[in-house]
Amino acid sequence: MLHDVAIVGGGVVGCAILRRLALGGLCCVMLEKGADILAGASKANSALLHTGFDAPTGSLELACMRAGYAEYHEIRDSLNLPLLRTGAVVVAWNDEDYARLAAIVEQAHANGVADVAQIDASMLYRLEPNLAPGALGAVQVPGERVIDAWSAPLAYAHQAIAHGAIIRRGCEVQGGERESDHWVLATAAGEVMARVVVNAAGLYGDHVERIARPAPFTIRPRKGQFVVFDKTAYPLVTAIVLPVPTERTKGVLVCRTAYGNLIVGPTAEEQDDRVNATVDQQALERLIANGRALVPALADHPVTAVYAGLRPATQFKDYQIEALPGEGWITVGGIRSTGLTGALGIAQHVAGLYVEHFGALDNAVTPIPTSVPNLAEDRPRPYAQANPGEIVCHCELVTRGEIEAALVGALPAGDLGGLKRRTRCAMGRCQGFYCSWRIAQLADGRLADVPQPTPMMRTA
Amino acid sequence: MKHDVIIIGSGPAGLAAATELRRLGIRDVVVLEREQTAGGVPRHCGHPGFGWRECRRLLAGPAYAQRLVAGATGVDLRTGTTALRLEAGGRVHTISSTGPAVVEARHVLLAMGTRETPRSARLISGTRPWGVFTTGALQQLVYLAGVQPCTSAVIVGTELVSFSNLLTMRHARIRPLAMIEAGERIVAPRPGDWIARLAFGARVLTRSTLVAVHGEQRVSGVDIETPRGRETIECDGVVFSGGFVPETEIVRTSHLAIDPATGGPVVDQYGRCSDPAWFAAGNLLRPVEASWTAWSEGRAVAHAIAASLRGALPAPTHQTVLEAAGLVRYVCPQRLSHPSPLVPALRVNVRVSRAGRGRLRMTHGKRELWGQVRSMLPERRLLIPTVAGDFATLDRVVVDLALPAAR
Ligand SMILES: Cc1cc2nc3c(=O)[nH]c(=O)nc-3n(C[C@H](O)[C@H](O)[C@H](O)COP(=O)(O)OP(=O)(O)OC[C@H]3O[C@@H](n4cnc5c(N)ncnc54)[C@H](O)[C@@H]3O)c2cc1C
Ligand SMILES: Cc1cc2nc3c(=O)[nH]c(=O)nc-3n(C[C@H](O)[C@H](O)[C@H](O)COP(=O)(O)OP(=O)(O)OC[C@H]3O[C@@H](n4cnc5c(N)ncnc54)[C@H](O)[C@@H]3O)c2cc1C
Repeated sequence: MLHDVAIVGGGVVGCAILRRLALGGLCCVMLEKGADILAGASKANSALLHTGFDAPTGSLELACMRAGYAEYHEIRDSLNLPLLRTGAVVVAWNDEDYARLAAIVEQAHANGVADVAQIDASMLYRLEPNLAPGALGAVQVPGERVIDAWSAPLAYAHQAIAHGAIIRRGCEVQGGERESDHWVLATAAGEVMARVVVNAAGLYGDHVERIARPAPFTIRPRKGQFVVFDKTAYPLVTAIVLPVPTERTKGVLVCRTAYGNLIVGPTAEEQDDRVNATVDQQALERLIANGRALVPALADHPVTAVYAGLRPATQFKDYQIEALPGEGWITVGGIRSTGLTGALGIAQHVAGLYVEHFGALDNAVTPIPTSVPNLAEDRPRPYAQANPGEIVCHCELVTRGEIEAALVGALPAGDLGGLKRRTRCAMGRCQGFYCSWRIAQLADGRLADVPQPTPMMRTA
Repeated sequence: MKHDVIIIGSGPAGLAAATELRRLGIRDVVVLEREQTAGGVPRHCGHPGFGWRECRRLLAGPAYAQRLVAGATGVDLRTGTTALRLEAGGRVHTISSTGPAVVEARHVLLAMGTRETPRSARLISGTRPWGVFTTGALQQLVYLAGVQPCTSAVIVGTELVSFSNLLTMRHARIRPLAMIEAGERIVAPRPGDWIARLAFGARVLTRSTLVAVHGEQRVSGVDIETPRGRETIECDGVVFSGGFVPETEIVRTSHLAIDPATGGPVVDQYGRCSDPAWFAAGNLLRPVEASWTAWSEGRAVAHAIAASLRGALPAPTHQTVLEAAGLVRYVCPQRLSHPSPLVPALRVNVRVSRAGRGRLRMTHGKRELWGQVRSMLPERRLLIPTVAGDFATLDRVVVDLALPAAR
């Protein structure tokens, strides 16, 4: 079968592009090497929907973020996606920081984020009374948001499927040949043919790019580690608390998650390994200390989980997005640290490139609403409704019905990580002490990494 | 309708209390259990070692759990029912398969037990693949689900529960490669290390720590630091055992006081919480005791609850605070209530933070109220025989361990 478009990579960017092109009436396939989508950079981030207030003025990144931010707000109801209207505060802790606040406001305004304003310390402490003493002032960014970083791409993928798109997992793209007017991609699961290929391979963007040309960029993974505090810590801050950024990093933030926790992170560490986002005890201890320095009351709250993600950074600051008209190829690389926000905007931009170079899109398609299960705490979850049935995960209150639903359908969980991302099961304070067995039993060999039960061994 | 007593948790403590309350003539006893099957932790300890004292025979955990359940006749046992939120006035908000509800009782007994600290909260470095478990997770995967979750594993910890992993692993045909202990000696009684070595072929490495986990989808090995240097052990499983934390999440969000040292609710010698309509027993109180102790505590606290229902246990008019100091990590109960008309349900139980021999004592200001020379080990309990009445006029008594001056 000859597809109009093959997208390499099932991260948030691939999922958003798949949705946009499928909505445009194209016959699309997305090829993901992992056992499930979101196997790379997109599985672990801060889950912030940025306004773009601090993005480089005039950049493609900013344009995509602004467009992505707006489209998320438009479509989120029809996809059942959450939005925590937390706002953010960029806090100055010393004179040097303080001196830079005015410039932050100025840049935000230049970027079109008009409601950003400087506030004084007393106003800051009225907003965030649990913040450590000593702040000199802050910039308030009312539009910054927290979302659910897993449900959003899942919803994009489901809507794409509803419009005829195909998602193939366990399907690593290993090479490809350009025939007269189409590509023949060699994958771990056989050949795939498509007129146009979109490279959205994230941390492997440069490797995949070599199928078409010498890669114009090199991926330099930059790791970010996080500490997740117990749900009891959730009320301690309302806004996303950011430091004044430095040249190299946006620094360590404290913020809420859609799942009702408080996170502290990320770190910013260069590494060569593109696969493993390891956590490191010393870095985690520093993050905990950092969190307690910002919000002293965190000292009374236990750590629930830790995680790390890899940013697909390159030697360039901006996104690397480009169409190669003669090659039937679109490069979408280096979506470093704002891809969750930018994804829908990137998808619009890619659709524009497609129309410019490769063919028309159908603008008359009415999107089919495809709601994903709600995982966020700000709206009712199944356990709290009538007849929720068995509760399997007691810490995150996940029902058997939710787990069973995530194991079937058009895009069933491929591995335990995928099941966690679809349901939150085993992600709470006990980390599977109470529920791993029941998950293994319900999954019954359907998750790549969870062994299948052999009833012979049961005794109880 | 107000029940006489609601018990949250159907482990040995909760079931012993329910059974005893019925025996004492209390009619309306409701037990809430969030699992589909009652019995608590022993349900998934598929190895023998239970019931010796309370059932007068040696049973495997599941058989022991079944006996406890069978013994709780006349008790309204509601499995599949989670206590979600506690509210003053004996109100418990629940979720069950039919939806949310509120149940109410004159007294509530908290008996939610304990769990182990997982790898994440221990901040262990490395990747996060399948193959990293706690003892409880391993037991349940093996005995309840029938999964062989890995084929060779390293056990972190040397408490009694750590050694129980050897039996679970034998059953599931998992090769135990090593047991890793940060301290100078194993925490469990001494022959443990010999048994591990000789009967199970596991190395026991003291003064060692697990520093990193490797592997992408599955564990491929772990790094450990020993006095002889860093070493990588190839394995596809790691079990973090012990590091017990009371399952107190619903208590921490309630009006009841928590002791940061035990992680459990603050209780008096009758198991009464900071609100005397609420009681607690079993391993929720503190980490961690064997099932026999949890069972005995449940039974003893049932007597206090029954007395309170009859009006024979008045609310305290005065309390003596027992305060852990120095090498004493915690003391439980944390309060002695006055008046004290009944035999205490809980004996004063102390844990120290490191091994040593010294004078365990209770002091008020400079005055020693009680003292005894004792040898002690971490994670091993010490009981102090006290009569609350002796302290009736005191506000605060310090419990500490005086070591002989170093020579
Ligand atoms: C610590 C951290 C914090 C962040 N915080 C935020 C935030 O708050 N807000 C925000 O907007 N963004 C944030 N980001 C950025 C965001 O997560 C990334 O920009 C985004 O996930 C990049 O998505 P992607 O689809 O480009 O890449 P990926 O998610 O890596 O997707 C690429 C996919 O391609 C697959 N693949 C690779 N090679 C092949 C092949 N040969 N064949 C088939 N498939 C292949 C991979 O398995 C992967 O699933 C953060 C990132 C990190 C690391
Ligand atoms: C992994 C592990 C292995 C052990 N092995 C042994 C052993 O071999 N021998 C031994 O003697 N002791 C062992 N112990 C100690 C064990 O804790 C005691 O044996 C005993 O089970 C403690 O009894 P309990 O009633 O206090 O709590 P548990 O047995 O833990 O029972 C607590 C019950 O409360 C329920 N519950 C918790 N929260 C709620 C809620 N919110 N709503 C409703 N129900 C709730 C739980 O589902 C559980 O059934 C082990 C402990 C652990 C954790």
